[in-house]
Amino acid sequence: MEPVLIPHVREPNSFTLDSYLTHQGYEGLKKALTMTPEAIIDAVKASGLRGRGGAGFPTGLKWQFVDKKVNKPRYICCNADESEPGTFKDHLLMERNPHLLIEGCAIGCYAIGSTVAYIYIRGEFLHVQHILERAIAEAYKAGHLGKNIYGSGFDCDVFVHRGAGAYEAGEETALIESLEGKRAQPRIKPPFPASAGLYNCPTAVNNVETLCNVPPIITRGVEWYTSVGPEKNGGPKLFCVSGHVNTPGVFEADMHVTVRQLIYDYAGGIANGRQLKAVIPGGSSVPILLPSQIDVAASFDALQKAGTLLGSAGMIVMDDTTCMVWVAKNLLHFYRHESCGKCTPCREGGDWLYKILDKIERGEGTMKDIDLLLSVSDNIAGKTLCAFGDAAATPVLTTVKQFRAEYEAHVKEGRCTCPADWRARTPVGAH
Amino acid sequence: MSFHPDLPYATAFQESDRKLSPEGEAFSFTPEQRQKFEELASHYPPEQRKSAIIYALFMVQDRIGYLSAAGMRHVAEVIGCTPADVEDVATYYAMFYKQPVGKYVVQVCRTLSCALKGAERVTEEIANHLHIAPGGTDASKTFTLLEVECLGACDRAPVVMVNDGWHECLKPEDAVKLLETIKASGEAGLSGCVHAVEGK
Repeated sequence: MEPVLIPHVREPNSFTLDSYLTHQGYEGLKKALTMTPEAIIDAVKASGLRGRGGAGFPTGLKWQFVDKKVNKPRYICCNADESEPGTFKDHLLMERNPHLLIEGCAIGCYAIGSTVAYIYIRGEFLHVQHILERAIAEAYKAGHLGKNIYGSGFDCDVFVHRGAGAYEAGEETALIESLEGKRAQPRIKPPFPASAGLYNCPTAVNNVETLCNVPPIITRGVEWYTSVGPEKNGGPKLFCVSGHVNTPGVFEADMHVTVRQLIYDYAGGIANGRQLKAVIPGGSSVPILLPSQIDVAASFDALQKAGTLLGSAGMIVMDDTTCMVWVAKNLLHFYRHESCGKCTPCREGGDWLYKILDKIERGEGTMKDIDLLLSVSDNIAGKTLCAFGDAAATPVLTTVKQFRAEYEAHVKEGRCTCPADWRARTPVGAH
Repeated sequence: MSFHPDLPYATAFQESDRKLSPEGEAFSFTPEQRQKFEELASHYPPEQRKSAIIYALFMVQDRIGYLSAAGMRHVAEVIGCTPADVEDVATYYAMFYKQPVGKYVVQVCRTLSCALKGAERVTEEIANHLHIAPGGTDASKTFTLLEVECLGACDRAPVVMVNDGWHECLKPEDAVKLLETIKASGEAGLSGCVHAVEGK
């Protein structure tokens, strides 16, 4: 498929306004301002655009739910706190095509009746923030942002808000808390952000890639959009492939593309002539797929049917030298560190899981520890305010389910049974 | 005592490593910094100045290298909230240092995609070379070594962030060379942020 979101990103200066204008830049906004806000929401609904941040919630509905009756300001918050392990698509979009996001923010603001959009960018992306701020300044200067845009009477400001290192800030209510200058911890829902979000005002929180899908819907039309990809999974999608592949990167495709094609055609296959052992198809928080399961379309619905999720479309590929206990331990180190601490099951359970995995990986575990992992996971999943708890339990549940023999081998042999080359050089316990 | 029958609870790991920030020298923003802060605060509604707190804390950290108690009190004054409010935020986010750090903070991404490409070995090489454990600062106060979670550039693994600059595709065997380059030419020695994009 012809790339839509990242058509020119390999050209030098792709991040400039001049370059963007040669690729239908700001035509979507111009057209949108001749339509009514309701017509834009209807178009986005009809396009079937689903949130690209992980949950796949229909964007048109999200915008429709934003309370238009209450006499308060309304806000768009763009979630650019891209922190899901294995995900780096928003990074690329903002770094190489920032004007597409700015245009998406402006159309979103017009649709929900807002005049301000905040782009919440993770603190580590300072170099990306500089590019984004430069692009915003260009857009103001050329009249694509600011007061009375194109003489339509519509005002729109876009501000970048810097985070300071918190995975949890990617959860929409935690993002709002962080924007308000607090700790990034999730709120109890309801009320949902659509009625009481930022500063207690109606708010829509959208992922970067989601907002970047809006200008093409307006420019090229709903019919074109729904014709790209399978039914209910329409539109261009960015896939991030990383890990043990020859050419890791961000690839744009429609959602007919299979996981196998992404690994073997797009990302050049498994590196060093090795064999595929497992792939996590949607960031670290979803169940793994085995080599026998990868002939599945990488779409929201097809992957859900296959027992996993598309999530953020961050595919982490692992070859046959990878120890799955070590994988689970690595990911639980992440979740233990990033848990915001608000809900006890996640805060304490994540730490327990990590310690048990560490014990097993060092070869000091018992058979009882394997069942203990399942019991602790079961007591986290579904028992927390946000989806973080389920995400933290998933790497353990999925590796124990698919690779229980490997866990048992660690216990029986008292050591890691399949260390990778570089790990084999240092004795167990040191890695 | 243990809250879970099979786990040793309240053992070493749970001991809080939280320390109060050192008092530090008397701190206030320079007029330029104050002006910059007011400009950033104007992005939010006037009664929501606290939204700009992360920017204010970064301004303290950029100047003195970490968040001192004096610095945090000044932020509270500038925003119009209590020092406890400021500490509440400062202690939550991973990028704020509550203790002095070295001139260059070497942050090795340790999450799965980087780990699959040998990030643990990168940390090991740096730690051995500097004779410090992750989290430590070398004797000359030049380098602090930290292990951080996913930096969001997994196609260029292993990724290392030095202060705010990025270095991508760092092979374990080149880690020591990178330290030498930084020592000689500062952050200019970093490879920067270059994504590989397949135009398929």
